[in-house]
Amino acid sequence: MSPQFTLQSLILRTAAHFLLPLLLIFSVFLLLRGHNEPGGGFIAGLVAASAVALYMFALDIRSAKRVLRFEPRDLLGWGLLFGVISGVPAVFMGQPFFTSQWLELTLPVLGELKVGTPLLFDIGVYLVVIGGVLLILLSLAEAEE
Amino acid sequence: MLLAVLSGFLIAAVAPWAHRGLGRHSGWALAALPAVLFIYFASFLPALREADGGRIIMEYDWIPSLGIQLTFLVDGLSLLFALLISGIGFFVVAYAGRYLEGHRDLGRFYVLILAFMASMLGLVLSSNLISLFVFWELTSITSYLLIGYNHEDAKARKSALQGLFVTVAGGLALLTGLVMMALVGGSYELHELLTSGDIFRDHDWYLAILLLVLLGCFTKSAQYPFHFWLPNAMAAPTPVSAYLHSATMVKAGVYLMARLNPSLGGTEAWMLLLGLFGAVTMFAGIFLSLRSTGVKQVLAYSTVMALGTLTMLIGVGTENAMLAAMAFLLAHSLYKGALFLVAGILDHEAGCKDFLQTGGLRRALPVTTVFAGLAALSLAGVLPMFGFVAKELLFEAVLEAPALAGLLSVFAVVSAVMVVAVAAIVGIRPWYGPRADTPKIPAHEAPPALLAGPVVLASLGLLFGLGAGLVDQGLIAWAAAAVYGAPVSPYLSLWHGFNLPLLLSGVSLALGLLLYLNWERFRRFTGFMEVVNRYGPEAAYEKTMAGMVWLSEWQTRVLQNGYLRYYLLTILISTVGLVMVTLFTRTHVHIDLDLSGILVHEAFIVAVLLMAALVSVTTRSRLGAVASLGAVGFCVALIYVLFSAADVGITQVLVETLTVIMLVLVLFRLPGFLGLTPMVLRIRDAVIALAVGAMMAVLKLAASTTRYADSISEYFIQESQPSGYGRNIVNVILVDFRALDTLGEIVVLALAAVGVYAMIKFRAEDRRR
Repeated sequence: MSPQFTLQSLILRTAAHFLLPLLLIFSVFLLLRGHNEPGGGFIAGLVAASAVALYMFALDIRSAKRVLRFEPRDLLGWGLLFGVISGVPAVFMGQPFFTSQWLELTLPVLGELKVGTPLLFDIGVYLVVIGGVLLILLSLAEAEE
Repeated sequence: MLLAVLSGFLIAAVAPWAHRGLGRHSGWALAALPAVLFIYFASFLPALREADGGRIIMEYDWIPSLGIQLTFLVDGLSLLFALLISGIGFFVVAYAGRYLEGHRDLGRFYVLILAFMASMLGLVLSSNLISLFVFWELTSITSYLLIGYNHEDAKARKSALQGLFVTVAGGLALLTGLVMMALVGGSYELHELLTSGDIFRDHDWYLAILLLVLLGCFTKSAQYPFHFWLPNAMAAPTPVSAYLHSATMVKAGVYLMARLNPSLGGTEAWMLLLGLFGAVTMFAGIFLSLRSTGVKQVLAYSTVMALGTLTMLIGVGTENAMLAAMAFLLAHSLYKGALFLVAGILDHEAGCKDFLQTGGLRRALPVTTVFAGLAALSLAGVLPMFGFVAKELLFEAVLEAPALAGLLSVFAVVSAVMVVAVAAIVGIRPWYGPRADTPKIPAHEAPPALLAGPVVLASLGLLFGLGAGLVDQGLIAWAAAAVYGAPVSPYLSLWHGFNLPLLLSGVSLALGLLLYLNWERFRRFTGFMEVVNRYGPEAAYEKTMAGMVWLSEWQTRVLQNGYLRYYLLTILISTVGLVMVTLFTRTHVHIDLDLSGILVHEAFIVAVLLMAALVSVTTRSRLGAVASLGAVGFCVALIYVLFSAADVGITQVLVETLTVIMLVLVLFRLPGFLGLTPMVLRIRDAVIALAVGAMMAVLKLAASTTRYADSISEYFIQESQPSGYGRNIVNVILVDFRALDTLGEIVVLALAAVGVYAMIKFRAEDRRR
């Protein structure tokens, strides 16, 4: 733990424990509403990355990494994979790559729900943004030590 | 036909496993492929006799949706080549199995040689110019890999690269020439272009096409001054030399010249270029051959001679010349293939790589001696070998050439004299005379796999000579007709009666033997050539390559200097320059500045923004600069939100936050300001910064007033809900309408992150070390 950038504040540390899950849920909310209201994968990814960054500043890198569970590098890879895969179904439908495909579901409680490849793509963007930002942030912070 | 051409690639793909499974008999087993192909191609002979116009065209759909077809053209010329390629291929593959027995890379060798054979077949059989070019380059690449077969030897690698550079450089010129041909002729199909010769000859582009195509052919077929790569290519294993660099690949250029003769030939430029370059190559080749002593060097240079002769004959362009060219082509492939394989035997059995090491081997290698002698007789053009027939025709053709007859004849006769001397060096020197101390004492005659090639090829030289009519009625005449563009009356025969060609033949024979007896003296006498060589074409090649290395080092030093500030400077100045020039020369910039609608709070935000910007460039504290830059960013975000671009505003705020965090992390690592830049540089930077800002402002204002097409926003606004199922237009654009763009962006983001990661990690590791 390096004192240069970790803020030794009890209030922040306590708050971070609550803020992190809240912010992450908020980021998922932003991701899912993005198609109709302000939000989307990019913004959601930035919010999620900021959440982990806050946690890192409040506690330390190791805790931040532990709470992230995934290697940021893996997130990059998964994100790109989702992004590319979301374009594939169109090819099997005889349409140009990346033509969006939608599925309309009627669920008992939620009512009508439209699920489509753009959502998958947005999740890809979300993961790449989290992975990219955290890869840079964490390695910069680690280099401090 | 498609299968026949591609089978080489298919078998090549499994050759290493075949080799592992079959062990020491893999050579014979894999040689079955060329043998089958030979029979297959030979089966075209009767059909060709019946065929309309002496050609058969076969079409295969390649990419039907684009209308691209793979077309093969079988006529006398392509069939002659195909038979030579598959026929000699058989002996070479069988030979290689024994010659390279136990070599750890033999499996790889089979892959390459079979892939080469397939490429070469594709090259001579293609009727489509593009597929022809693709096969052409494939032969260059396989040749490169085969020359560099002993890749641990620096000289082999260098030679391989040299051959590749020379032929591929020519290949680029050829591609340009072929595309121009297709544009002029309106088709990429050879069989359609060949009938429209006058279109090319009368076209303004004729000379350009001719020069480009010839550049490709001359480099491939080692014409002077591009001949130097061929002797160096002898770094390849001997079977490769026999196959690629004597019998087949180097004749690709000759093939193309012959192929295009009906379209491009017959003009003065054609005759002069081909005649002169061919004659000079012929002379230079045989002269250098006689000056060399290395077994393969002598043969390589004499191959240069043969290629020059063929080029010259195609340039002469008469009916007789074409007949001579095709006969000479066949004769040369037969005897040179045999001689190279004999050279391999010399190396394999006696360890001799130089003629000066050899002598008196006839007792140890009696069979080799006989057939080496037979091939050498054909090379010298002695009755009754097929080489004699070819040589007679050659003399006849040059004597009655429509242009430069005198000059070409002198070149031809002088070269013929030296050819006889070279033939004697090859056919007499190693075998007769006193027993020399060879590096290895040959214990026994070469095994059948090694002998099969020389025996059959040399015997064919004799057989075709005795029965010149055998090949006369058929293939040679058809091939000559394909080159000539009209049927030719064949009259190959062994005995043409007492005439001038016969006299010249006799004289060259006598003088050549005399020259052979004075070989040592000749080499001493022409020692001055060493000096000339230092300034020859190869030296020019070396200089060019060194120059290229120097140039790239220089430009790397200048452009990739490693200073971020200079990169930025270059990027910004060129952007400003290019945008400004385009803006003021191509468009009428018209700027409406209407400030009336600005509200108070908007003006306030702009004022804060300007102040923050000013602080960021004047402050002496890094943290202060970062913080004020952040303020600029938040102001921009506010403006976005005010103008109801919520998404962009949110993104801006988040990015700004994270940027400040990152910058703060980086700031810890930076040393304190060591010294401030001098005033002059700061003024320069200020000027550039203002110029960039001004450019962006002008560009933005001009863009909002100048409009060439309707804004695409309308479309997005309308289509977002019905076809994108989303009310957030920005997001629908990002993930649906422009998903491919976004994919590109996230790839860039990922790469940038990995780049930063690598930079930090590797530096940390370096420091730890």
